[in-house]
Amino acid sequence: MNDVLHQGALSIRQAGKIYDPAGAAVVALEDCSAEIRAGEFVAIVGPSGCGKSTLLNAIAGFDRLTSGEILLDGVTLASPGTEPRPGPQRVVVFQHGALFPWMTVLENVIYGPTRQRVLGADAARAKALDMLRRCGGLDTAGQRYPGQLSSGMQRRVEIVRALMNEPKVLLLDEPFRAMDTVSKSAMHRHLLDIHALYPKTVLFITHDLEEALFLADTVYVMTTRPGRMKTMLRVNLARPRTLDMLVSHEYLELKRQVVAGVHEEAQKAFERGERELA
Amino acid sequence: MMMQTSATTGLASNATAAQQAVPVSPLAPRRRQGHLVVQGVSKRFAQRDSAPAEVLRDCSFEVEPGRLTVLMGPSGCGKSTLAYLLAGYLAPDAGSLTIDGMPITQAGPDRMLVFQETALWPWMSIVENVMFGPLARGDMSRAQARQAAEALLQKFGLVGFGDRYPSQLSGGMKRRAELAQALINSPKVMILDEPFRGLDVMTRELMQEYYVQLFEETQLTTLFITTELEEAIFLADRIVFMGTAPGRIVRGLEVDLPHPRTIGSMTSERYLEIKKDAMATLIEYGAVSTD
Amino acid sequence: MTPLQTRKLWRMGAGYLIAFTLWYLSVKWLPLAAFARLPDPVTVLKEWFAPEPAYGISIFTGAYYKHIIASTLRAFAAFILAVALGVPAGILMGWSSTFHDYAAALIGLLRPIPPLAWVPLAILLLPAAEVAVVYVTFLVAFFATTLNTLVGVKAIDPDYLRAARCLGANRRDLLRDIIVPGALPQIFTGLQIAMGAAWFSLAAGEMIAAQYGLGFLIMDAYNLIQYPTIVIAMVTLGILGFLSSAGIRLLGDRLMRWRSGAMGLHR
Ligand SMILES: Nc1ncnc2c1ncn2[C@@H]1O[C@H](COP(=O)(O)OP(=O)(O)OP(=O)(O)O)[C@@H](O)[C@H]1O
Ligand SMILES: [Mg+2]
Repeated sequence: MNDVLHQGALSIRQAGKIYDPAGAAVVALEDCSAEIRAGEFVAIVGPSGCGKSTLLNAIAGFDRLTSGEILLDGVTLASPGTEPRPGPQRVVVFQHGALFPWMTVLENVIYGPTRQRVLGADAARAKALDMLRRCGGLDTAGQRYPGQLSSGMQRRVEIVRALMNEPKVLLLDEPFRAMDTVSKSAMHRHLLDIHALYPKTVLFITHDLEEALFLADTVYVMTTRPGRMKTMLRVNLARPRTLDMLVSHEYLELKRQVVAGVHEEAQKAFERGERELA
Repeated sequence: MMMQTSATTGLASNATAAQQAVPVSPLAPRRRQGHLVVQGVSKRFAQRDSAPAEVLRDCSFEVEPGRLTVLMGPSGCGKSTLAYLLAGYLAPDAGSLTIDGMPITQAGPDRMLVFQETALWPWMSIVENVMFGPLARGDMSRAQARQAAEALLQKFGLVGFGDRYPSQLSGGMKRRAELAQALINSPKVMILDEPFRGLDVMTRELMQEYYVQLFEETQLTTLFITTELEEAIFLADRIVFMGTAPGRIVRGLEVDLPHPRTIGSMTSERYLEIKKDAMATLIEYGAVSTD
Repeated sequence: MTPLQTRKLWRMGAGYLIAFTLWYLSVKWLPLAAFARLPDPVTVLKEWFAPEPAYGISIFTGAYYKHIIASTLRAFAAFILAVALGVPAGILMGWSSTFHDYAAALIGLLRPIPPLAWVPLAILLLPAAEVAVVYVTFLVAFFATTLNTLVGVKAIDPDYLRAARCLGANRRDLLRDIIVPGALPQIFTGLQIAMGAAWFSLAAGEMIAAQYGLGFLIMDAYNLIQYPTIVIAMVTLGILGFLSSAGIRLLGDRLMRWRSGAMGLHR
């Protein structure tokens, strides 16, 4: 158990990324650094276009950095010279969801371990049903297709699909962005429960400071493009997190410390967005 | 944000003077008007193969003139139906709706409804979109409408975008163009139905600031519909909470945070008390998940 | 059956009835010379179901089925060939931009050439008229299949591919688990179009270069002034085309049960 807990430390060291599609270089990340401990729940808050997804793509192995490096438990994951290669150590849950609609819930969830051949079909199915059950009684939906589930259930199944691979790091790219308040608050509950059950390192990307403070151990605020870490804030609210914490003085105090900075970056990003359109 | 230029004020009020007893420019501070009263309103919708669905039951509340009232409730509780009733697109089965004492029987430019979905016509440029209302009614000449539209676009930080098409604008800019499109009609009351839904949280917060500033300058009577508690508290002078199945009014809550509202308003002690109070209501009526 | 479905069936029947009445009236009552030589629907039906047809073709004659079988075999041979080559070609074009660069411009130029324009060359180049007819039929079906498959592959959300790679899929897994099922809805749209296209270019090809088949029958009956037979062959073509398209749709619905989700996909 301890062994598992001590896996999944991420060091992001002066990470930089320049997109250069047609000579018009876009500096998406510059000198972006963070030390993330194993098992830590980290939220990254930043305005649109600041490079959050770029950072996540580098960690996931979808794209190459142009400077700096990212290490997972001391092993280089991403650097200008490392061939990007996604894998089950760090699994992404996508903003719009990426359950395969042509597979049933169960087929989706066992996809990872069976493709990697770490489990046989039967063992994978047993493990999947067990995990689905623990994560809020989802096992009863095993034979349904994703299209037959609510978007909240789809997102939870996708998180289970990721956890089936025993990843060291779970990467969540604004998974609740398109949801209404009520579903979102239900999803927060579920995600916190799942994280208590399976304490992996989590990198949670969001625009929403409230959400970040409520979920995370540590909140990083990113600057507008080129993205780097502007502030780091340790959220010393106890776990399990409860709704009344949202109206506690500790919470308000934490919010006071960062809200102005977040707002400033949001405004900058917004104004730049409009300038660039003009 | 800057105040409107005096030239616009003059122009717009000239144009509307012929039409209305009280001359109002889109951006001029309002006299206290646009008092909406909803009294005992119920509404059912007939369904194809089952009993009629009861959407609203005995709803009563007021939108006081010169104040910003937020209507808050879980999705599907009938907020939009209330907005349609107030706009005059639907008639209630029981109860009454009035504006400044007059019964609401049909849609009119004194009540402007802005939806969550974009209402800009994609085949018209932004300025044409904004000019549409007064031109369609024949309230203004083309030149007058154009000038009024451009003044509004300036107000909303859209200078230089008038000749663009909606698809060429960002989400936040489109929402502001929609506000201009509604405001050019000099409504007595604005009814905004989740206007910022779908924007990311940060852009949304900036849009809220835009609207609250506009409101503080014009005192334009507003009914703002939302599902987000943060948004409700930031904007509201008063929050009206709805419960669901069937939709009904469960509570009114005064939000006495001082104007002008800024991000600082959201970290004050008073804010915390109001949020606590509001949250308790939401939990009580099942609008937040607690399991 | 729900009342709605019953009403739909009634309207369908009424549509046929109106068309037949108009046909009948224009042959029997219109003073237009052009319509005078047209057989009226009653004559056609009588001929079609006559044990002893006046012009030699009815449901009781072996020749009728010989033509049907000849046409059906050709259409299906062409269609199967088109699927066997078109689906992989479309996937390859969607998968590899190199291949796309090679093929796209070429297809763009070849596709607009009407199938009939190919007939002379096909007869010159190919060993038998039979092969030429199938080739012409195949061509249209092939383009429809290829292009729709390509569109289907291109339209796959890249997040599906990324997710699969996170979960440990190699390139072969991606092809089998993501690309093919992800493009399947669009592929089946292509197949339905291809089937329709196969029938119409088949009839055209048979008119020119065949000794059997419904297209041949139409041309032959025309030359022999057997007008009811023309109409019988035309209606038969219509029915065969409709049935084969319906069959493909049914197969598609079976293969893609995931699309009949109660809530629909959220995106
Ligand atoms: N493939 C690309 N080519 C060129 N520029 C790109 C590419 N991908 C991203 N960018 C640019 O890099 C910057 C950072 O993008 P990124 O997607 O990482 O932002 P983000 O923080 O995830 O934004 P959002 O909150 O909108 O998701 C943006 O300005 C974007 O336009
Ligand atoms: Mg992003």
